[in-house]
Amino acid sequence: MSTEIAPTDPNVRIRVPRARVAAAADDSQPGSKIETKTVGQVTVADAVMTARRVNVHYGEKHAVKDVSLDIGRNAVIALIGPSGCGKSTFLRCLNRMNDTIDSARVDGSITLDGVDIYEKRQDVVQLRARVGMVFQKPNPFPKSIYENIAYGPRIHGLAANRAELDEVVQTSLAKAGLWEEVKDRLDHPGTGLSGGQQQRLCIARAIAVDPEVILMDEPCSALDPIATARIEDLIDELRQNYAIVIVTHNMQQAARVSQRTAYFHLGELVEVGATNQIFTNPRHRLTEDYITGRFG
Amino acid sequence: MHTSVIVVAILVLTALGYRLGRRRSVALVGGPRGTRNLHSLPSYYGFLTALWCALPALGVLGAWHLLDERVIVGAVLAELPPDMQHLPADQQGLLLNDVRNVVSGSLPAAEARPEVQSAAREWRRLQSLSNAAGASLALCLGLAGGALAWRRISPELRARNGVERVVEIALALCSMIAILTTIGIILSVLYEALNFFRVVPLTDFIFGTTWSPQMAMRADQVGSSGAFGAVPLFTGTLLISLIAMAIAVPIGLFSAICLAEYADRRLRAVIKPLLEVLAGIPTVVYGFFAALTVGPLLRSAGQFAGLEVASESALSAGFVMGIMIIPFVSSLADDMITAVPQSLRDGAYALGATRSETIRRVVLPAALPGIVGGVLLAVSRAIGETMIVVMAAGLAAKLTFNPLEAVTTVTVQIVTLLIGDNEFNSPKTLSAFALGLVLFVATLLLNIIALKIVRKYREQYE
Ligand SMILES: Nc1ncnc2c1ncn2[C@@H]1O[C@H](COP(=O)(O)OP(=O)(O)OP(=O)(O)O)[C@@H](O)[C@H]1O
Ligand SMILES: [Mg+2]
Repeated sequence: MSTEIAPTDPNVRIRVPRARVAAAADDSQPGSKIETKTVGQVTVADAVMTARRVNVHYGEKHAVKDVSLDIGRNAVIALIGPSGCGKSTFLRCLNRMNDTIDSARVDGSITLDGVDIYEKRQDVVQLRARVGMVFQKPNPFPKSIYENIAYGPRIHGLAANRAELDEVVQTSLAKAGLWEEVKDRLDHPGTGLSGGQQQRLCIARAIAVDPEVILMDEPCSALDPIATARIEDLIDELRQNYAIVIVTHNMQQAARVSQRTAYFHLGELVEVGATNQIFTNPRHRLTEDYITGRFG
Repeated sequence: MHTSVIVVAILVLTALGYRLGRRRSVALVGGPRGTRNLHSLPSYYGFLTALWCALPALGVLGAWHLLDERVIVGAVLAELPPDMQHLPADQQGLLLNDVRNVVSGSLPAAEARPEVQSAAREWRRLQSLSNAAGASLALCLGLAGGALAWRRISPELRARNGVERVVEIALALCSMIAILTTIGIILSVLYEALNFFRVVPLTDFIFGTTWSPQMAMRADQVGSSGAFGAVPLFTGTLLISLIAMAIAVPIGLFSAICLAEYADRRLRAVIKPLLEVLAGIPTVVYGFFAALTVGPLLRSAGQFAGLEVASESALSAGFVMGIMIIPFVSSLADDMITAVPQSLRDGAYALGATRSETIRRVVLPAALPGIVGGVLLAVSRAIGETMIVVMAAGLAAKLTFNPLEAVTTVTVQIVTLLIGDNEFNSPKTLSAFALGLVLFVATLLLNIIALKIVRKYREQYE
């Protein structure tokens, strides 16, 4: 495997073909009326994804109740709330990972670039190429570092030849801030990296298919403070190109990396707003109790 | 007194010992409330007393019965008339046999010689004396041991440690039995195989290409060359195992994938036990199936296609053996596939992989070492399989790789070599042990490798 790849050309970008459909409903415009009990502004001007009245049941259990929320382009939104309140469940709706759970049932509508992702014709494979995901526990494949990154581009046919693939691998690792650390051992197993490196490998793996949205479910909860700080910096950089939804239990982290924050409670979206407003001046009592540490 | 009566008596004593020991321990600390002052729970004091009752008594009883016959034989011989005392060993053996038969009643006393009759009377007298002595000694020991242990009971006595030590030793003995049996098998096979290699050189055996184990009994006998080249047997075994694996590996693997990844829980609950039933069918039944159904079927199919298929062919035996082995492959592969963490699958799905891509590129590579281990275990099973091959593949030791011909395997030859009346130390019989040794070593190696691989894989995700 060659490690001497030509310097990254910022103009070379491989895009997944996508259908751009004009946002049809006017309720995605700020200020328009949306039937919701949520305190604060659930819509944003430049939404890449919109969720409207989403309900999720696991068999009898009603895990997510009537949640409406927009995901803004080039911004980070943090989902916070006590354990078991449905943050992960809602996050997993956004790339239909709940499809892999037999008992899960999702109602409501979720759009990506104005197209309903739960529609019959929607191909989950393409959807997940556009909405990537990073999990709580780093889960690199038991393959080499190179193969871990190359896996996604390969299955989606994003690289025409080996040179392009090398290029994608290098750019992705570089964006995830891992290239310098692993460029000499791309053929070593990904499972041999440290926890923080593994998590950045997983982020690089998600970036490699060039998604529009990256979902992160407590990406730093298994990491030490230094590795956490690196990933937070990384998230801030990634915001230039992607919309990011991050679930976190760490208030400081939410305050540091996100522009908007959404507070979930017992399956409901209680309050959403600009991060500094939520943390300095919460409008709902439940939100205030939670962030001041009186709850959870 | 009969021995079983003594054993029951000792057991009663043991039960009594348990109750008394337990009661004494409780009494020593002033009733049930004081038991926290005891080192161990009261029942441990009971067990300790019981063990002291039972172990020495039963041990002595057993040893007595093992040894008393020798003493009796010596005494009976000494009582015989002087001219019968110094017989050659074989005649002495015959005489003793007569005596023994008279004692046991299988030879009517009236028909025996007078010396034998009197010896038998002496034998009976000694036997009952010895039985009584052994029984009393055992009972006395039981009583004494129990009493001693009972007296030693005190709150400080570490009864639990003592009982646990005895249990540990008992467990170790049990596991030793398995190990010792294996070692015994190896040694006996090795010994006979070495005898064989004294007659037939090792190189002839391993590299010779003619197998015809009939030995000439007389110098003028023809057609009995006595050639012991085992290569045709090895190739036969290899051929049949290969055919079996060619059937079992893909079918087993695919059914494992179906079970682990595609089947829902209800389907799985039905299919998995059904597959495992295949492993429970006696191999003779598979043999019938191969010889009576598959063999003729293949033969007529061959005729139809213009091929010459022997009615006993490697193909039919291998085919049926493959069916038999499917559950070995599938259930191990299924375990390995389900052991692949869900997080890896999620990772692949989240990148937009389809289910089959996830299985092919992530799940199977991760489970591969374990699957290989399962396959190796199945191979060793195939190599050792006998019944199907005896019934369906024939006995002709032909050096061929044509699956349509009759071949024979190592195991089949071992069976045919040992069936019927044989001189035990002729090379023909001994060669069975040499073949057994080869088989043992081959399957042992395969098993060791397979277990190593499986274990290494198991640790990977823990
Ligand atoms: N696969 C499942 N089957 C059934 N119930 C589930 C499943 N996954 C989650 N739930 C339930 O749905 C509710 C929401 O779970 P979810 O994982 O979304 O919570 P969370 O907010 O992510 O919690 P945490 O902060 O602890 O990760 C919980 O009550 C949980 O018990
Ligand atoms: Mg969660």
